[in-house]
Amino acid sequence: MGGWAIAVHGGAGVDPNLPTERQEEAKRLLTHCLNLGISALRSNLSAIDVVELVVRELETDPLFNSGRGSALTEKGTVEMEASIMDGPKRRCGAVSGITTVKNPISLARLVMEKSPHSYLAFAGAEEFARNQGVELVDNDYFITEDNVGMLKLAKEANSILFDYRIPIVGLETCSAGAAATESLLQMNGLPISVYTPETVGCVVVDKEGRCAAATSTGGLMNKMTGRIGDSPLIGAGTYACDLCGVSCTGEGEAIIRGTLAREVGAVMEYKGLGLQEAVDYVVRERLDEGKAGLIAVSNNGEVACGFNTNGMFRGIASENGFMEVAIWE
Amino acid sequence: MGWAVALHGGAGDIPLSLPPERRLPREDALRHCLNIGVNALKSQQHALDVVELVVRELENHPNFNAGRGSVLTSSGTVEMEACIMDGNTKRCGAVSGLTTVVNPISLARLVMEKTPHIYLAFDGAEAFAREQGVDTVDSSHFITPENIERLKQAKEANSVQIDYTQPIQREVKVETHAADGDSQIGTVGCVAVDNHGNLATATSTGGLVNKMVGRIGDTPVIGAGTYANNLCAVSATGKGEAIIRCTVARDVAALMEFKGLSLEVAAASVVESAPIGTVGLVAVSPSGEVTMPFNTTGMFRACATEDGYSEIGIWSSRQN
Repeated sequence: MGGWAIAVHGGAGVDPNLPTERQEEAKRLLTHCLNLGISALRSNLSAIDVVELVVRELETDPLFNSGRGSALTEKGTVEMEASIMDGPKRRCGAVSGITTVKNPISLARLVMEKSPHSYLAFAGAEEFARNQGVELVDNDYFITEDNVGMLKLAKEANSILFDYRIPIVGLETCSAGAAATESLLQMNGLPISVYTPETVGCVVVDKEGRCAAATSTGGLMNKMTGRIGDSPLIGAGTYACDLCGVSCTGEGEAIIRGTLAREVGAVMEYKGLGLQEAVDYVVRERLDEGKAGLIAVSNNGEVACGFNTNGMFRGIASENGFMEVAIWE
Repeated sequence: MGWAVALHGGAGDIPLSLPPERRLPREDALRHCLNIGVNALKSQQHALDVVELVVRELENHPNFNAGRGSVLTSSGTVEMEACIMDGNTKRCGAVSGLTTVVNPISLARLVMEKTPHIYLAFDGAEAFAREQGVDTVDSSHFITPENIERLKQAKEANSVQIDYTQPIQREVKVETHAADGDSQIGTVGCVAVDNHGNLATATSTGGLVNKMVGRIGDTPVIGAGTYANNLCAVSATGKGEAIIRCTVARDVAALMEFKGLSLEVAAASVVESAPIGTVGLVAVSPSGEVTMPFNTTGMFRACATEDGYSEIGIWSSRQN
């Protein structure tokens, strides 16, 4: 048993021109959340409790794209999704299309524990939330001024890409906003400055070697209403088993096609790879030209991250005293 | 090498005593759908077109739990879901929470081909269906008298039927026997490989009897109920929650890819490692192999290959 370890992320794919101030703000929040998780682990909370706690904190802060601060649909509304998975029995819960629940990750946990199902969505999920008495707020609570501006830019940049693997023609010449034309880096067809992936996630292995993972997001800026991404999909955005816990972020469709989170577990289980090897393999071989990043822990206390984007907001710590908060490679 | 097709109409605790009047129409439907698939493959249709075609036919058949004949939510409504995936490109599309779309599988294909997304659900998916001009009908079209009765029983038993294929209360099995026969229906799915080695899979379902409104099962989740790549195409059926946590469909492919197992051994291994009574699947490989393992009492299934092999079955071969 290697002791506890924890990793958090705030999305993969970072605008290289992101103002220093915002970078610092992101690092402060990641550090705060990491410390919150560390304290919880030191007080012997189980992995599943810790991932929920940390993701709640990330959802509540408006900085990243989850809970308050979620990206907006093409209609300017917020539709959030989240999932959580407990490694030891592979129990899991997921929610999509959440519009009034303050902390979607906690609702996902309640789906896992209080419903006969694994996944509830839209009106049915909202009804379940009301029955469970979780904290509800107005949809406006989630909408930030920043994101209203981003949605406008996204619409000007001629929407999202049809298929991220098909090169887009003419986006550079279309009337994208000033911020959009500064950078030709794109994800899901959106200029990186507008893309704001910034899904949040946390993975934890506790002292007992139990792994857990949790992921929460507002989804893709300017998404169609009803769009479901990788975050709530077990095996895609989130996965945990006896061996590891994984949370992914980035181009949702690439992560779904690659069943990315499960792949880390699968190559450990079926190819005998170590955690970092598994993470590197999956990022290299399983993304099929998509862009994404992930964080992972193993049952013997290892922690790893990997991404093929320019940067991922992330923080990592383990019981032996290692701690790192970073954005770039 | 050569084409192959396999399809299923659900796995579960199908009693060996299933009366002929319940069994025969479903066997006929399986045969009919199999023939449609075989003919399409013989006329050089792409595997993706074949699985869509076959699943549309299964959706239209009221004796299976997909499209017309879908089981009901706790509110007595229908919420259908479906998923399709192309093996070589790994392109995929999925839908959930459909209430008016006649053929959910075709909407899943449109999500794959006409949107930047993979998965649309509920109102957004319905709005997309209208925009695409697919056939829609009043939700009552999907609701059969059998399913109204089945929901009533489930509610009386005060239970969400986690496995809707099982008798609601074992101790009253005798009394509910006739209804049990009717409840032996399931998710539908089809996998195919064409003459050019293209693989595809499609799965469609109404979900669980008395499910909560908004419940999503394994069917639309890529890697759980549905998955295809260049090694195999898989469609799974059974207890959705178990299939999700075992990532059943992807694991068949993962075992082939990472451990070099054959299709048959990989599929058998995944089904054996899932809790007993929870999973069945159909799968094909590019070389035209077919396998249809299950750890439930039975699975409505059918397959055919270019070299002339054909099978239609419900229980394991020694019981058929």
